[in-house]
Amino acid sequence: MSTLDSKIPKGPLADKWKNHKNAIRLVNPANKRSIDVIVVGTGLAGSSAAASLAEMGYNVKAFCFQDSPRRAHSIAAQGGINAAKNYQNDGDSVHRLFYDTVKGGDYRSREANVYRLAEVSTSIIDQCVAQGVPFAREYGGLLDNRSFGGVQVSRTFYAKGQTGQQLLLGAYSALSRQISKGKVQMFNRHEMMDVVVVDGKCRGIIARNLVTGALERHAAHAVVLASGGYGNVFFLSTNAMGSNVSAAWKAHRKGAHFANPSFTQIHPTCIPVSGHHQSKLTLMSESLRNDGRIWVPKKKEDVEAIRKGTKRPVEIPEEDRDYYLERRYPAFGNLVPRDVASRAAKERCDAGFGVNETGEAVFLDYASAIERYGKTEAHVRGLKNPSDEEVRGLGKEVVKAKYGNLFDMYKQITADNPYETPMKIYPAVHYTMGGLWVDYNLMTSVPGLYAAGEANFSDHGANRLGASALMQGLADGYFVLPYTIGDYLADDIRTGPISSDLPEFEEAEKQVGDRIAHLINNAGDTPVDDFHRRLGRIMWDNCGMARNEQGLRQAIADIQALREEFYKKVRVPGKAEGFNPELDKAGRVADFLELGELMCKDALDRNESCGGHFREEYQTPEGEALRDDENYTFVSAWKYNGMPSEAELVKEDLVYENIELKQRSYK
Amino acid sequence: MDLTLKIWRQDGPDNPGRMETYPVSGVSADMSFLEMMDMLNDQLIREGKDPVAFDHDCREGICGMCSMFINGEAHGPGRGVTTCQLHMRSFQDGETIYIEPWRAAAFPVVKDLAVDRSAFDRVIQAGGYISVNTSGETLDANAIPVPKEDADAAFNAATCIGCGACVATCKNSSAMLFVSAKVSQFALLPQGQPERLSRAKRMVEQMDKEGFGNCTNTGACAVECPKGIDLSNIARMNRDYLAATLKGE
Repeated sequence: MSTLDSKIPKGPLADKWKNHKNAIRLVNPANKRSIDVIVVGTGLAGSSAAASLAEMGYNVKAFCFQDSPRRAHSIAAQGGINAAKNYQNDGDSVHRLFYDTVKGGDYRSREANVYRLAEVSTSIIDQCVAQGVPFAREYGGLLDNRSFGGVQVSRTFYAKGQTGQQLLLGAYSALSRQISKGKVQMFNRHEMMDVVVVDGKCRGIIARNLVTGALERHAAHAVVLASGGYGNVFFLSTNAMGSNVSAAWKAHRKGAHFANPSFTQIHPTCIPVSGHHQSKLTLMSESLRNDGRIWVPKKKEDVEAIRKGTKRPVEIPEEDRDYYLERRYPAFGNLVPRDVASRAAKERCDAGFGVNETGEAVFLDYASAIERYGKTEAHVRGLKNPSDEEVRGLGKEVVKAKYGNLFDMYKQITADNPYETPMKIYPAVHYTMGGLWVDYNLMTSVPGLYAAGEANFSDHGANRLGASALMQGLADGYFVLPYTIGDYLADDIRTGPISSDLPEFEEAEKQVGDRIAHLINNAGDTPVDDFHRRLGRIMWDNCGMARNEQGLRQAIADIQALREEFYKKVRVPGKAEGFNPELDKAGRVADFLELGELMCKDALDRNESCGGHFREEYQTPEGEALRDDENYTFVSAWKYNGMPSEAELVKEDLVYENIELKQRSYK
Repeated sequence: MDLTLKIWRQDGPDNPGRMETYPVSGVSADMSFLEMMDMLNDQLIREGKDPVAFDHDCREGICGMCSMFINGEAHGPGRGVTTCQLHMRSFQDGETIYIEPWRAAAFPVVKDLAVDRSAFDRVIQAGGYISVNTSGETLDANAIPVPKEDADAAFNAATCIGCGACVATCKNSSAMLFVSAKVSQFALLPQGQPERLSRAKRMVEQMDKEGFGNCTNTGACAVECPKGIDLSNIARMNRDYLAATLKGE
């Protein structure tokens, strides 16, 4: 078995990035003008990378499948972005953010990358404020913070429940500025269909114009994939409908190793599934766990009464409620990390305490927060002996100011009023920690092909902490990639333009065309969504919150059979030419049908539990994830060998020099 | 519930369009409007017919991609919601629902209900940014205090999702609400002051170039805006535009 070189710079942890930046090669401004870079995806990582590279002088082509770069799914991130500013003077530091992230990731991430992430986090906030991102502020005019799961400080910057939107619009405005200067050529409604490798180096992509259906060749000296995560392999997830793995998967098929594919984040607070028609799930921000308390009834008869509608949740007295997170994890309470909170909800629901018709929901209750805030507010306003009703009224105002848009969204979807009755929530697929393997420079195992943001695997280990995805996307795009890519491109200053007439482009374009023809001409009768939904069910049941050997083996066989059926029976309406969203979807689902199998294979191979990867065979007597550090302190990078079942495991050993590996405890 | 859908079908920007009628049955009140459309398309594909093309992505009201004109209203009945957040409980059994694309000269139809809104991108490219490089070597984020009131007002303007409901609603297809929201976000923050006037001027000029209509202060845009963007933003933009013109920016 071969191993991978992560190219981590030598020296003490705190100096690695600084020393590396000082040592890597630069490309002078005149030479940058003759170098082309392609960026696929315009979320936080893609937009920020495209804008930054263009500012530096490179010629950038950026691609997104949406009708505008501003719509990438980073826009939907709600809660916030972490940064080690320590504005609250609560003991935060770069080291503490680094430590929390490694611990939160259950000791399966790379120390040097995480430290760098924590280090540049503070610049992100400075940068965003300079760009006009309207973060929440206190009355004194300074920036406000809140807390997220898995930490004991307040380091999360936010813009109500729309932080992702504001950060993405910031990056989009930087990108727009470069488009107006002609330094970025923007391709909306374009999907990357394949990467093109010439003499061992990535030299371009094949893209498809989703309006005309035409295939296009785009050549460049380097390609950056910032194409997001693959949570939609589960069909139901909090991802946008169009979010897909295809760009990353095509890169994998061309030689880029896929790392830790089974590391999936199941977010504890989402709106439960309401029926078969469901097309996606909606997240209720983790920030709600700052003030909300999670519970189920202690007594089965209360559960039954609530399900039947004969009892309302507010009628269950305090002593008959099981605030199970506070009971099991007194130190972190409702703010335990996501994987822990999700498993705890599943445990209660599996034990028969779920509070909706499907038995898959728990309560997220704001009654005590409303009362607490109301009392404070009454005191501030100098009200003497306010009535309970007055207190609750004042409390609701405070809660509305903090979480109003989330409460409105909940009401819109469920028709329940969360100010009056506890919300019902259940875990749902939200984020994928796994992704393309990258070295310290964010380069994949294909030279010249980079991966940034959720598309890579590097920083979150086996579980991501809340408000860290936005941080990583912008860190990669604004502050890491623009430096590290120069080291590689320094070899290309005399290469001249790459020709898209090379036989490698021709061959790649032909393969893409053949595949599209196959899908569109297939004489099947079943819509694409049908297969996607069935794949999602297999993945959720066997490779979701809990996994075991038998289930995973069965899932692999089921996915193989489903894939075969897909190619026989799928019906893709319309033509290859012209606007055809069903065809776009068919190509993406075909790739999910391969990825799903690799995820199960990876989960089966990792005989331990860690973070979001919970193997039922490996747990402590209290039901917590039981790691096997002796045998599994490595990154599982998979090399493509023609089929997912033939993928070969390549290991990157994880070395912890600065943090002691411990059983993760939030008790 | 059982519904009759009257849907605008159009093959491309240069083809003539037509309304077509589709019955759908077994619609659940808990479905979102787009899930009802998914159901229709599933039915059409199984029947070997061409499914209805429409834009959608996040399905939680924030990406701004969904864009349907339902029963004569942008994003349908209800206030403060996008099409994807609209649920079928807002309709009644037996109802006939009319579904059309955004209609504006500056938003040509791509196919059926999907339109091309890249004119909005070009308006932003004309000046919807603060000209600062992404080096990270800027002031500390807390170096300039911003009064909470201003920060909140800037945030409110910045919540525009760029869906185009304002344009679709306006009888003149004016984009003033969209453009003024971005102008206001920066005009309300200290960081946006250096380019304040020239920004307003450049963005308004691009807006005119794209073929959006003029504003006649009817205010329908703000009523139908799913994010509640306020009309006062338009007044702010007009003031800055006038100042820019007088100063010869």
